[in-house]
Amino acid sequence: MSGPLHKDYVGAKLGMWLFLFTELLLFGGLFLLYGAYLARYPQEFGAGGKEMHLGFGTLNTVILITSSLLAAMAVTAIQRDERHRVIGLLGGTVLCAAVFLFNKYLEWSAEIGSGIYPGSPRVVTGPPGESVFYSLYYLTVGLHGLHVLIGGAFLTLVAVRVQRRTIHAGNYVLLENCALYWHLVDLIWIFIFPLYYLIL
Amino acid sequence: MTGGNSEQHIVGYGKLTTVWLGLLALTALTVWVARHNVGISHVWGSLAIAVTKGGLVIAFFMHMKYEGRLLRWLLFFALAVLAIFIGLTFFDVLYR
Repeated sequence: MSGPLHKDYVGAKLGMWLFLFTELLLFGGLFLLYGAYLARYPQEFGAGGKEMHLGFGTLNTVILITSSLLAAMAVTAIQRDERHRVIGLLGGTVLCAAVFLFNKYLEWSAEIGSGIYPGSPRVVTGPPGESVFYSLYYLTVGLHGLHVLIGGAFLTLVAVRVQRRTIHAGNYVLLENCALYWHLVDLIWIFIFPLYYLIL
Repeated sequence: MTGGNSEQHIVGYGKLTTVWLGLLALTALTVWVARHNVGISHVWGSLAIAVTKGGLVIAFFMHMKYEGRLLRWLLFFALAVLAIFIGLTFFDVLYR
């Protein structure tokens, strides 16, 4: 890279946080719908909650928390200019993302296999509250899964750029912002987990 | 926010690992609370644990504890807006 480049570290991070706030409000809206319908259909939501797989939910919680730790450590590592460690930590984060999605695949396969998906005969003929529950479940968790996919793709891109030395101890805001996005994905799962797997 | 790139706060691996252990412990606690049906309080208990975990993630993993006033106030504002949305909706939904 030659010549002076305009860099605005503070502005870049501020922009990322503003974006994260919109994400909070997006998922907040879905949680609000969940709460409002839970108040209206407590029995049906309870019956739907019984169909959730607590084992998968707990395992994926542990995986996401661990991946968040690795992403946070990657930021520390780049600040300390430990390049190889950064790549290892980012690789670990992306691996966790892949395992999370694979678990999600197994979990959804089991649920779809037992006839639970939006528009399925079992859901359509069941009580209306249950179909609301399953629709919200697939929408919220699916949107979250999409975020896991996007976050994993961005972290892979960042790892490649660290390898190519275009992200380094003097300029790492992209790594930091992608890590922030990844923590948001973790943060949202921290709320999805009790709402869908625990309290019902 | 001081505006410079020069004074980055570096959170050590040890502190991050401690936060991770705390998050794992809270996850174990929240599953235990849910399995042992502690009664009506378990909904609020689960949510309180989730809020605590979220706070740990934001404060340490996302470095908010070390950020300047601007980001802290913006976060407060965003959470306040969300709380108003949820709070006012429930005033309607619960008291019809």
